[in-house]
Amino acid sequence: MTAKYAYYPGCSLHSTGSEYDVSFRAVCKKLGISIDEIKGWICCGTSPAHSSSKLLSLALPFENLCLAEAMGLKDVVAPCASCFARLKTAAYEAKEDPKIAEQISEALDKPLPKGMNVVSPLEIFCNRPDISKAPTTPLPGLKVACYYGCLLTRPSKIMQFDECEYPMAMDTILRDMGITTLDWSYKTECCGGALAMTRTDVVIKLTHDILEEAKAVGANAIAVACPLCHVNLDTRQEEVEAEYGVKYDLPVFYFTELMALALGVRADELGLQKHFVSTETLLSGV
Amino acid sequence: MTESTTATISQSGLAEAVFEESGQNVNLCYQCMKCAAGCPISYAMDYKPAQLIHALRLGMDDLVLNSKTMWLCAACETCTTRCPQEVDVAKVMDAVKIIAVRRGIKPAIREVGCFNRAALANIKKMGRMYEVGMIVGLKMRTLALFKDMKLGMKMFMKGKLKLLPSFTGARRTWRIFQRVKTIEKKD
Repeated sequence: MTAKYAYYPGCSLHSTGSEYDVSFRAVCKKLGISIDEIKGWICCGTSPAHSSSKLLSLALPFENLCLAEAMGLKDVVAPCASCFARLKTAAYEAKEDPKIAEQISEALDKPLPKGMNVVSPLEIFCNRPDISKAPTTPLPGLKVACYYGCLLTRPSKIMQFDECEYPMAMDTILRDMGITTLDWSYKTECCGGALAMTRTDVVIKLTHDILEEAKAVGANAIAVACPLCHVNLDTRQEEVEAEYGVKYDLPVFYFTELMALALGVRADELGLQKHFVSTETLLSGV
Repeated sequence: MTESTTATISQSGLAEAVFEESGQNVNLCYQCMKCAAGCPISYAMDYKPAQLIHALRLGMDDLVLNSKTMWLCAACETCTTRCPQEVDVAKVMDAVKIIAVRRGIKPAIREVGCFNRAALANIKKMGRMYEVGMIVGLKMRTLALFKDMKLGMKMFMKGKLKLLPSFTGARRTWRIFQRVKTIEKKD
């Protein structure tokens, strides 16, 4: 029997990144992976919380780990890279520092569950034996640059995810799906994250550098595993093009969307029409 | 000639406060500049991360607290991951922000301070981030009313923005915020 995962979607997967939610569920269904959404989950607090209060930034994610445990589940899957990092950091800090663990417990007014295991979908899919036998639909025209961003791998001491400067998990999975992925040097560069809302100029520069590099190595698509990376690379791509006088037309996919397509899920079931950069021309042969 | 034995352990007031807030000892830094070299945003900062750490060690508290550096930090954790002395530089950035706000110093990048407050106010009330509400809150604070208007409209048309908040867990979340405040006051 395979393990069942408590699923923490986080705020973005219920709104701006709903395509990630839809495609993640579709892939789990195709691969027979059992997930159960955490009932009554709350926001992990993300950057505004850890910039403002250490205790708050640990208590909010821990509330969700408590809810998962109440469902009888120890393994929590968080597709959003930021949620993943915050949940994992909370579990790590509480384990390392008994004083902070006590304060978190006081803030939540309940005992903290021990031995909670937070994983990214990449880790689940990477460890599936025989996954390379699953794809049914070839996607031969794609040349994908896998963009991991910051928080999947960093800080490495806490995340313990793949090789922190040059991860391969997403590449391995997509290659198992029969999709070509490319070597490139911007896998874990930062897109500027939440600065998009306040210092858009910084995000425009950083995303320009990433798009430029992806284009330079010959990619015709980018794959991401973070809703914020997706917003910055996809919805702001037109702004980058206008600012720098260039044209990229680089569709940005959640890696789960590409997996779902390879596993035979129809494109119109995945919400691809929500992307700003059209995926139609690239996928027209599929 | 007598050599001083105390010079290496002196600690400025702010460096001490940073240590208490984050457990990070900035005196471990030997200025290799890896944090500054790897920082994707250092080009926009007034002081590079390594310079800010150095200023902390020198006791230049006012310069540090009024710097733009920590407010521009995107928390990408590159510095933290690469520091050979295992100084968690990103945690130092958080600690300096927290201390600055506690001491009533206005963030040098005003919009980022506004964003943090708008986001937390939203989470506290809603339990889950309600993006439309958060954006309105941010606009009220920054008065940049028309920023990203076109982008927002397009996101709305594409069905990327949720119209109504969920309020799931709102009361529980509000209580966590309250208890955290009480515990922090006690400390």
